Amino acid sequence: MTNKQDQSFLGIIWDFFCSLKLAITTLILLALTSIIGTVVQQGKPAQEYIQEYGERVYRVFVALDFVDMYHSWWFLTLLNIFAVNLICCSIRRLPRILKLVKHPVLTPVEKHYRSFANRDEFTVPVAVDRAGDRLAAFMRKHFAAPVVTARDDRIHLFAQKMAWARFGVYVVHLSILIIFAGAIIGSVWGYKAYVNIAEGTSTDKVWPRDSQNPIAIGFEVRCDNFEVTYYPGTRRPKEFTSDLVVLEGGREVLKKTIEVNDPLSYRGLTFYQSSYGPAGEPVFKLTVTERSSGRKLKFEAQRGEHVALPDGSSFAISDYTDSYKSFGPAIQMHLNDKNEKHGNAFVVFQRFPEFDAQRGGAYSFAVDSFEQQYYTGLQVAKDPGVWVVWAGCFLLVAGCFSAFFLSHRRIWLTIEPAGDGSLIRVAGNAHRNQPAFEIFFEDFKSRLKEELTGRQTPESAPLPVVETNT
Amino acid sequence: MSINILLYKITLLVYLAATILFLVDVITRRVKLGTIARWILGGGFLLHCITLGARYFATGHVPVVNLHESLSFFAWAVIGIFFLFDFKYRLDILGAFSCPLALALMILGAATTAPTPTVNPALDSWWFPVHVALAFLGYAVFALSFVAAVMYLLQERMLKSKSFSGLYYRLPSLEILDNINYRCLTIGFPLMTMGIISGAVWANSAWGGYWRWDPKETWALITWFLYAALLHGRLTIGWRGRRAAIFAIIGFLCLMFTFFGVNMMLSDLHSFNALEGR
Repeated sequence: MTNKQDQSFLGIIWDFFCSLKLAITTLILLALTSIIGTVVQQGKPAQEYIQEYGERVYRVFVALDFVDMYHSWWFLTLLNIFAVNLICCSIRRLPRILKLVKHPVLTPVEKHYRSFANRDEFTVPVAVDRAGDRLAAFMRKHFAAPVVTARDDRIHLFAQKMAWARFGVYVVHLSILIIFAGAIIGSVWGYKAYVNIAEGTSTDKVWPRDSQNPIAIGFEVRCDNFEVTYYPGTRRPKEFTSDLVVLEGGREVLKKTIEVNDPLSYRGLTFYQSSYGPAGEPVFKLTVTERSSGRKLKFEAQRGEHVALPDGSSFAISDYTDSYKSFGPAIQMHLNDKNEKHGNAFVVFQRFPEFDAQRGGAYSFAVDSFEQQYYTGLQVAKDPGVWVVWAGCFLLVAGCFSAFFLSHRRIWLTIEPAGDGSLIRVAGNAHRNQPAFEIFFEDFKSRLKEELTGRQTPESAPLPVVETNT
Repeated sequence: MSINILLYKITLLVYLAATILFLVDVITRRVKLGTIARWILGGGFLLHCITLGARYFATGHVPVVNLHESLSFFAWAVIGIFFLFDFKYRLDILGAFSCPLALALMILGAATTAPTPTVNPALDSWWFPVHVALAFLGYAVFALSFVAAVMYLLQERMLKSKSFSGLYYRLPSLEILDNINYRCLTIGFPLMTMGIISGAVWANSAWGGYWRWDPKETWALITWFLYAALLHGRLTIGWRGRRAAIFAIIGFLCLMFTFFGVNMMLSDLHSFNALEGR
């Protein structure tokens, strides 16, 4: 008794998860709830929400997981219901489809024929056996090789094409589950992190998004050089690239110049070019000319550094700019006398090396170059599930095409004796794209009649005669 | 004015002419005008192809980067898809509904012409044109399903209230409209699926993650869920006609929000400002 009740309870659950209404409801619920996360910004610091919505609303948001809704228990539950529903629906329907494809009706009766929209019947003055042979050959030629079944005094022919198109929809369902699996693999065994590497330095750690503790990656990555190019006349980056070197125990094992859209992968980790910025102070290369002797001296200096000159005085660079009015890069500097007393500030232009000579004084300055060191900002991702996701996506597209554009076509023929000749019944069915099949079936039918009623059409009649004569 | 902008404006005028002819045809029931309108529209479409080509050579990127370019491409796709369906159904009324839609997109596009945009380095990938082309073709097919759905509801209302305007006599049967709607769904859905997937592949190569729940992605997914629901309703429960038409209209409105609304109201990486690297 209890056993029976149990059964029916399980049965109710099973029916619930097999229902298409549930599928449609879940799809619509997923769509509606997803809107929340596009209106409320996701994963921001608490301060930002409180500023925008106030403390009380923020607390409601946190209670409902609105600030990270795509990972909330209720959204994941919805996705789980969606997945279970998908599995149950497929399990329930699949055996029926398998049976339909593997064990088609081979000896249909009149009632079967009457259930089709595309059907016909007619009599021909040909004996059953001969008609059977000719129609089998005809079907092979114009449709597909038929299964021939002789029962009682009738001959049944059945042929089908692209039966596997019926499985397209299950491939789609399976592919969605595979994508889910890939996403789960990625979130359990993978991580997203970032790291900034200054030019000329290396790192063996990366920083995950959601924690303060770096992850050791087990090898070293060095950035040899970073380059950024701009759109002419603007500061908008056109492209930026980093020369990266992977080191294992101090030995170089891989070198690659990465750019946006072209990352470096090593041992399951992928390094994406994502940002950049200045690292430390730029280094200025200067040529100083001693007026009394004409001697030229080379110096390297950073901003604020006091650099000694031969006569005991010193100079310091106080500021610099990429473009000083329309004169290009320039530095602002001053001299200090022997008693460390500041002189007046003056400007030296990189493009006009002779310009400073007009200032007078013991030394004149020219800027040869200034080098800004950069750091490269790398996004680091470990996602062992990504190929599973791509496999799922591939199946999804293939399944969609087969589900929508390929059609399982079946044709039945029954030949039974009628007077001197035979009665032919024919019916056809396609599971997609009915109008196209209708046209095909009409054409098939008229050729069929031609085949059996004596090749009356002028094109087909003389041909065999010529063949037999030669 | 650069050549591509000039061509764009000429294309717009040609579309305007075709739209007027289609409308006159439908309202006054002069079927001959429809044929002329088709020829003019065909010429306009050809011109539009040249416009897109000229823009490509002028800017050096596939012209779908800013609002102007994507509106132009969207209109191009709408007309292209119209011809595809017209080939099969030959319905002047479809032209009378799709042409104004494309024209409206073109006028919006004309109002937003900007000098050659600079492009964020992330767009320098072959996945970018693939992604955008698939997405817009999907948009265009769903636009047509929207048109068919609107015609369906209009006609149904006329039938119910028994007040037949001149338009009624030019509308195809409810069955044909429902059929067009279904066809669009079966073409648009795979296109949209591929659009989302190609976007994911591209995002993965540019930013190191195939899915980040940014508003554009999420809205595309929302629309995908809705169309998936409609597909299941149609294929298995047997939704047809009115309910399917209403669903198609809601789906298209969501799609338009994905295209316009997200860029204008919500901030994310897909906004044209971000694309132009501002």
